[in-house]
Amino acid sequence: MAEVIWALATSHVPSIGAAMDNGKTQDEYWKPLFDGYQPAREWMARNRPDVALIIYNDHANAFGLDVVPTFAIGTADHYKVADEGFGPRPVPDVVGAPELSLHLAHELIDDGFDLTLCQELDVDHGLTVPLSVYCPEPGDEWPCAVVPLLVNVIQYPQPSAARCYALGKAIRRAIASYPADTRIAVFGTGGMSHQLAGTRAGFINSEFDRWFLQAIETDPEQLAAMTREQYIRQAGSEGIELIMWLIMRGALNDRIHRVHETYHVPASNTAAGLAVFDNRLAG
Amino acid sequence: MRWLTHNLGMPRETIDVPGTYVFDGVASRRGYRLNKLCDSFRQAGNRAAFSADESAYCDRFGLSPEQKRAVLERDWTAMLDLGGNIFYVFKLAMLDRRSMQYLGGSFSGMTEEQFVHLMRSGGRRDD
Repeated sequence: MAEVIWALATSHVPSIGAAMDNGKTQDEYWKPLFDGYQPAREWMARNRPDVALIIYNDHANAFGLDVVPTFAIGTADHYKVADEGFGPRPVPDVVGAPELSLHLAHELIDDGFDLTLCQELDVDHGLTVPLSVYCPEPGDEWPCAVVPLLVNVIQYPQPSAARCYALGKAIRRAIASYPADTRIAVFGTGGMSHQLAGTRAGFINSEFDRWFLQAIETDPEQLAAMTREQYIRQAGSEGIELIMWLIMRGALNDRIHRVHETYHVPASNTAAGLAVFDNRLAG
Repeated sequence: MRWLTHNLGMPRETIDVPGTYVFDGVASRRGYRLNKLCDSFRQAGNRAAFSADESAYCDRFGLSPEQKRAVLERDWTAMLDLGGNIFYVFKLAMLDRRSMQYLGGSFSGMTEEQFVHLMRSGGRRDD
């Protein structure tokens, strides 16, 4: 029977990937962030999943503005790394888990979440940077298969935080009914506070971020009750990506164990957060 | 949160956060051709074609005169005002080898160095 073994919540800022790709992780600028990742990486490496369900958003690399799916899932057995405008990242292409993808699609649609299905999908930094946060040196292939689950966070109206949390709970039910013996990790990506455009560009709200890092474990209902406007005010116009962490949280048990967390400002224009949760609490 | 009634009789939520673009369907319609142009930079051949003749490339995508001027003059704020979305406009910046910090400075009246310093000092806060 399938089981969610752990969850990784992490920012997916492209420059975090670029720092790894260009060997800059020990530079003065990046060292605090990557040092903060280390205990989480060691723990995750000892607890390898078969499949990572990665909840992320595309950044104008697979989808244009001609079609804007609110929720979408990849059902392919292979995903190419996207050329985002300067050539693809030098990381392996991603191997899919189409049987699990199709099971999730079927169960979630029956549960009222009408996902868009993608048989062909180039995956951008939103997906590959979290994979690199999990596994910095994959060699020729990533250590797990991937199911990509995409959320529109770019064009307003994004799905509400409450809807994201409800989708996570539906994913939890859908995984529980997957008959294969599969160890799954759920990645909630994006955030933390940041704003890229406007005269408020560079906005960071560390107090909010640190509160969110706690509440995602202990009080997700409160986060799910926040409006889009509250996310934009508190976390910046791109900080609304944090709603994707609620999909992750919904997919987990009510009680989870925090393995590690770290928080650092800045990663380019963004506050970078990471939290790893063990989902296998006895009792 | 405020609710306004528009002429179609549908309630619409509006968000007004100072200094902040909320990229909604109206902005997406306004900026569609501009964003489509930037979107085309996913392919290396298109990047080369743009660089070879920027003006003709803008015409090919049917940009408005205002959008075309903003692109040719690299008026980043004007691009956003004309419906450009940051993730699309950034593809043009990448073509120029400009960073997101450069853009952040440009949007908020700073040099790239000043903006990087701001971020390293903990970022911008609301007053």
